[in-house]
Amino acid sequence: MKTTLKLMATSCLTLTASMALADGHMANEMTIVSWGGAYSNSQQKAYHEPYMENTGVNIINDESSAEAVAKLRAMNEAGNVTWDVVDVVASDAIRLCDEGLAMEIDPDTQLADGDDGSKASDDFGDLLVSECFIPQIVYSTTVGYRTDLVGDTAPTEICAIFDTDAYPGKRSLEKRPINNMEWALLCDGVAKDAVYDVLETEEGQAQAFAKLDTIKDDVIWWSAGADTPQLLADGEVVMGSTYNGRLFSLIEEQKQPVAMLWDAQVFDLDGWIIPAGLTPEREARALDYVKFATDTQRLADQSKYIAYGPARASSAPLVGKHADLGIEMAPHMPTDPNNAKNTFLYNYEWWADYRDDLDAKFQAWLSK
Amino acid sequence: MSGLPPYASTGQRVWYYSFRVICGVIFFFLIAPILVIIPLSFNAENFFTFTPEMLAFDPAGYSTKHYQDFFTNSDWQLALRNSLKIAPVATILSVSLGTLAAIGLSQSHVPFRRAIMAVLISPMIVPLIISATGMYFFYSNPYIPIPFYGKLELPFTLTGTYWGVVLAHAALGIPFVIITVTATLVGFDQSLTRAAANMGAGPVTTFFRVQMPLILPGVVSGGLFAFITSFDEVVVVLFVGSAGQKTLPWQMFTGLREQISPTILAVATILIAVSVALLFVLEMLRRRSERLRGLSPS
Amino acid sequence: MTEVLAADGRPLKASLNRALRRQKLRALALIAPLLIFILVSFVMPIADMLFRSVENEIVSDTLPRTVKALEGWDSSSGEAPGEAVFNALYTDMALATEYKSHTRLGSRLNYELTGVSSLFRKSGRRVKRFDTDVYADAFRDADPAYADPGQWAAWMSDDTVRAAVPVTAATYDAWAKMIVEVDNDDPAKEEPWDFVYTALYNEAVAGASLPVAVDVSGVEPVSLRDQFVEVDKDWLDIDVWQTIKIYAPKYTNGYFLNSVDLLKGPDGAEARPESERIYVVLFIRTMIMSLSIMGMCVLLGYPIAWLLANLRDRTANLLMILVLLPFWTSLLVRTSAWKVLLQQQGVINDVLVWIGLVADDGRLQLINNQTGTIIAMTHILLPFMILPLYSVMKTIPPSYLRAAKSLGATDWTAFWRVYFPQSVPGIGAGCILVFILSIGYYITPELVGGTKGVFISNRIAYHISSSLNWGLAAALGSILLAVVLLLYWVYDKIVGIDNVKLGG
Repeated sequence: MKTTLKLMATSCLTLTASMALADGHMANEMTIVSWGGAYSNSQQKAYHEPYMENTGVNIINDESSAEAVAKLRAMNEAGNVTWDVVDVVASDAIRLCDEGLAMEIDPDTQLADGDDGSKASDDFGDLLVSECFIPQIVYSTTVGYRTDLVGDTAPTEICAIFDTDAYPGKRSLEKRPINNMEWALLCDGVAKDAVYDVLETEEGQAQAFAKLDTIKDDVIWWSAGADTPQLLADGEVVMGSTYNGRLFSLIEEQKQPVAMLWDAQVFDLDGWIIPAGLTPEREARALDYVKFATDTQRLADQSKYIAYGPARASSAPLVGKHADLGIEMAPHMPTDPNNAKNTFLYNYEWWADYRDDLDAKFQAWLSK
Repeated sequence: MSGLPPYASTGQRVWYYSFRVICGVIFFFLIAPILVIIPLSFNAENFFTFTPEMLAFDPAGYSTKHYQDFFTNSDWQLALRNSLKIAPVATILSVSLGTLAAIGLSQSHVPFRRAIMAVLISPMIVPLIISATGMYFFYSNPYIPIPFYGKLELPFTLTGTYWGVVLAHAALGIPFVIITVTATLVGFDQSLTRAAANMGAGPVTTFFRVQMPLILPGVVSGGLFAFITSFDEVVVVLFVGSAGQKTLPWQMFTGLREQISPTILAVATILIAVSVALLFVLEMLRRRSERLRGLSPS
Repeated sequence: MTEVLAADGRPLKASLNRALRRQKLRALALIAPLLIFILVSFVMPIADMLFRSVENEIVSDTLPRTVKALEGWDSSSGEAPGEAVFNALYTDMALATEYKSHTRLGSRLNYELTGVSSLFRKSGRRVKRFDTDVYADAFRDADPAYADPGQWAAWMSDDTVRAAVPVTAATYDAWAKMIVEVDNDDPAKEEPWDFVYTALYNEAVAGASLPVAVDVSGVEPVSLRDQFVEVDKDWLDIDVWQTIKIYAPKYTNGYFLNSVDLLKGPDGAEARPESERIYVVLFIRTMIMSLSIMGMCVLLGYPIAWLLANLRDRTANLLMILVLLPFWTSLLVRTSAWKVLLQQQGVINDVLVWIGLVADDGRLQLINNQTGTIIAMTHILLPFMILPLYSVMKTIPPSYLRAAKSLGATDWTAFWRVYFPQSVPGIGAGCILVFILSIGYYITPELVGGTKGVFISNRIAYHISSSLNWGLAAALGSILLAVVLLLYWVYDKIVGIDNVKLGG
């Protein structure tokens, strides 16, 4: 009995004590948020480990990038931002910047110059799509297919997705309008530069949906990055869209009977943002980390572990061999000239406007 | 159902056996996923796929590497430690408060009994996604509403903290404790407490020496439900927690999303083994309490 | 009639009342800690969330002057508002840009009207470079006092000046507040920005007496309307202004209208175009699917519960482990296992092909549709049906069935007329439990539901974590919660909430 009371009293004390302590942030520690899986692993090897060694800062990994936008907003409302650096895709960075949840960065003063002496703003070039965004990698959404299920003529271009006569069977596409609408229009005869102008009109949207309608019954819609590789490995789909790094791992590391297309790959960016509202010393540390992690050598290092292209032009010549497999990584980069013969540029500004509207329409279309 | 009488007609016999077959099929349905999980956790590949080697019972198709991964990977170990740190405390919280309240609720004159009961059971009936987001908003900026004054903002935040997750999980576990303990108390003979009081025991002694041993099975099973609720909960912890509170289900969830790996299945297999052990403990406790209460198992 | 007295000499009635009161208090004291705990840790968060479904302060907080100026504008005029509104918008926008709240408002209004997001973002970028610097220059050139920050601060604390140029004073205050809050600077050391001079110019033109007289007649007026239109011609679009006006109030029913596929128009609710209607369909689908899952659970749970209730305890408890085992296996893992089982190249299809029930090219579609959701969810929720059913069936004496049979009833009649009615409370308890739990699920439908097998909770989760439309998520959640509470109330009426048993 007495013990129980004592126990309860102690736990009450601990409760209050730890609540009081909850606000305190460990002095030499920073929380970096990323996606998890092989991607986080590549960052751990290429950025975190050397940085921790150089500075003695302890890095805590949080795999919450998928919920980053929502969580940052709640943290901001609460006035208690616990994250120091966050890895997000470019469209999320734009959204966070719009919401005032991410800090604006001046690339030339706050980021490292390129190894070749170029200014950071020139080195990153067009990839600086938002004032808050520090690009890290270029990845692409593209299509992989089962070599044993496509018959004698392997697909060579993106429109194979829509060609159910030549390639019968299921295909997997991402459960969102982005990319699918563009591919649908491209394969319905719309010129590449006209895609967004067409998509802006009601008729254009109807045209894209009509094209998607032709394969609607053959599509398995994915929402997690791990889905398409699993579906391809099972032979559940004959082809499917996913990120090029996933296909690299499926083909080269897992040795599955899968091959990939580079045609009409949709370039997208992933990079860092620093949350707004950090204390000056945390902000300084976050900036220091980001400056280190996005210099020419570090970005090139990451491509040893995962098949995504470094965002700096000056990193491209430094891309080497895969750390375990020992194969040249350059030919597997989405930015490699051989792969980038026909690429599609994803229009961030446009989607920032049309995302809510088209998403509602897309969901309505899906549920019909 | 206890056996077929010798005079049963052919029709009865047919029905008797077909009913057993139907039940067998349903039991099979219940454990079918588990039958898939266990072999796949020994898959040599990194996919949830029965490879041709596995189907041919080729030893090369099997490996224990996913178990090794679980025991050596620091992420999984952290997740396991967190789960073990969060679930028991949440359980103790919901069991202690819940048992007390259940005893209060089982007294003969409780004002607003139905309303109170509704509030206490509400964490079970409110869809999880709503609870999760509500807690997320509120725990970020907790306050106490004071009539005619407004909000008294509390100077700390609970999202992303250990206690935030514990409080949230304790709230989710409470309905299970309330339901099981009140159910046990329905059969509790109140004259026993009066007898104890008569013989000079104080209310505290009565509770621990008389009431508690008798309602223990209800408390234990309520506690186990609460424990499992916390142990298997992913929606709320994803919202309320942060990397430091990453639990096993969280790790599984990000695992399924980012990189499918049968390590998840290895973890599940280990957990299944633990659950079986727990269920046996529960069964032993139940039998013991029946002996104590003088009810012999039929 | 003499009053009956208790042992301590008080009237018995009073003494009994006192005892009763004490008992009530004791019961409440036992319940209080938990009640407070649940209220704070659970009920308040839910209430807090529901509030977001009507809260809409962002528009009037970000654009207070514009909202006020818009009161006089009639959307049916077919004309975009005039210069006065754009003047107000200019000040609001200039301030909002500094607070970085203009883009936040842009994304808020973009939920209602496509394109507002970039309209606000673009305008925010340009608003500091508007041609209104001519006003500032004109004042500063006319009298150096207008270039002196200290002089400005002195004027603005002088009540006669403030009374003479009230709009300028208010604008200056807002500017000064911003300088302190955003830039951490002292307003008495900073020269006011162009929009303060713009306000002063407007008041001077209207004939107000300035602190130092300046003749502004020679200054070419800058049309702010043109300035905004130059940034983006959408500022002439009636829809933009209508949207701002409709969402100007601090509270809105817009989110709720949106969650039932309506649209908040200038004259109240309107139907949404058909291509955007999703929520009513989803609500109905969630209900139907949950009902199907509930039905499946009764169908599969009843025989199992009956078997368990009528076997010897030891056997029953062993079989009970089979029921509880999946219950205690991670939901995520079970759902993944169902994927492995149900997909077209999965275990079940493989077995069916192998025994020749289906052709290899005619494999069944068991997942990524409603079938998948129903199978996986039935499996997950089945224990919630079996356990209450079992605990009710345990209380039905087997002698009733034997009595019915000995009175000449057939097996079927005995079951249907005698046993079944007594098990109805268990069915009720199980049904409501399964139904309530199933309409709130979202992870399983997300993983196995494909396009037609997803629930309303999936959309709530989407709006919370991706689109950031928390108001809409809260409105959808409130509706869902209302449905659940209604069911809970019905359940309490029919079965009584204390009659739920979980196999304890």
